[in-house]
Amino acid sequence: MKIAISSMGNDLSSQVDPRFGRCQEFIIFDSETLEFEAIPNEAINAAGGAGIKAAQLVVDKGSKVVITGNIGPNAFNVLAGAGINVFAGATGTIQNAIDAYKAGKLQEVNQATNGPGAISTVPTYR
Amino acid sequence: MIISIASGKGGTGKTTISTNLAFSLAQKGHKIQLLDCDVEEPNAHIFIKPKVELKETTSFVVPQIDEEKCTYCGECVRVCAYNALFVAKDKVMFFPQLCHSCGGCAYFCPEKAIFETNREIGEIEAGSGYSIEFAYGKLNIGEVMSPPLIKRLKKRIDEDKVVIIDAPPGTSCPVIEVVKGSDFCLLVTEPTPFGLNDLKLAVEMLKVLKIPFAVLINRWNEEYFEIDSYCDKENISIVMRIPLERKIAELYSEGVLFSKELLEWQDAFCKLFDSIEGLWK
Ligand code: SF4
Ligand code: SF4
Repeated sequence: MKIAISSMGNDLSSQVDPRFGRCQEFIIFDSETLEFEAIPNEAINAAGGAGIKAAQLVVDKGSKVVITGNIGPNAFNVLAGAGINVFAGATGTIQNAIDAYKAGKLQEVNQATNGPGAISTVPTYR
Repeated sequence: MIISIASGKGGTGKTTISTNLAFSLAQKGHKIQLLDCDVEEPNAHIFIKPKVELKETTSFVVPQIDEEKCTYCGECVRVCAYNALFVAKDKVMFFPQLCHSCGGCAYFCPEKAIFETNREIGEIEAGSGYSIEFAYGKLNIGEVMSPPLIKRLKKRIDEDKVVIIDAPPGTSCPVIEVVKGSDFCLLVTEPTPFGLNDLKLAVEMLKVLKIPFAVLINRWNEEYFEIDSYCDKENISIVMRIPLERKIAELYSEGVLFSKELLEWQDAFCKLFDSIEGLWK
């Protein structure tokens, strides 16, 4: 099963990025093969809808679980709609977060954990 | 001539200025049109008390997805530059508040599964009060997409009149939508460090837009000089100062135009208009 973790860097010793939509990278970790892949988050500079775009990215990668610090309402809604389980409040390294998830220590969330998210962002002028 | 009244921050008294300027000029026989484009919080109508002659709703074209035809291929998501769409294996989700109504998704959908529908975003009311032709827009609650409503409102501009536009506060996208096309912009500020800071942002915006402008200091007092020094240094004219006066504040809180009661201000506003015309030419 694939797990997507919002990350500040591109390996398992990187810190978890507390932001979901605007994190630096996603680590896609495969819990069966124990292999991982780092993908840069293309949504980081989006004017609006970063959470949605980031969610699309991890869903397209086949992730079934998302681990992050905080998640906004748009991102949460699309992930929930796509049947992804979201765990928030992760801190420390990516490895710590994976261990905490396996040990059942992370909280699965059933709603957004922060802000009005992308909806309050005024789109930049074209 | 089109004059927009703007300010880098809210609460500086933009509406007071635009309504009193419109009223004073109309009293002197000018043909005036006042448009309240602060669509998130319009309040000029409280002072103008217009007789409303026309009401119309403004809507915005948004895509709607026919789930019967959709194959969840994700092409629409790739096309949408505003991240307003999301596709999972068995559903497409749409976020109307992010949509800019570009039509791209419908155009590129290989299954022709997207058709366009209307979403109402707000309302325009037009009428007249105190011999001023007046119109304002009101964005629906929770709605963020103000530019289409502003565009609609600006279609009413009658260039044969002196057009005064009350812009939203700030320097973001809706403000730019309002002030672009103006011949002149009057920046209302207040003598505080915040006022100065936001004034600078507004000045930068107008320089980029290449719109001539001048500054009006509202709630002026003699203690804070920084606005003067800044304007001196940048060669910006300060065309009016309105002191912090109890009577003006009282009339405001009662929804009364202060130049209607304090007649000397009518001449002051007419002079203000002359100086604006002077600077513009
Ligand atoms: S492009 Fe058309 S068919 Fe493809 S996912 Fe979007 S709506 Fe469905
Ligand atoms: S109309 Fe344009 S902005 Fe709206 S969802 Fe379609 S592609 Fe995105």
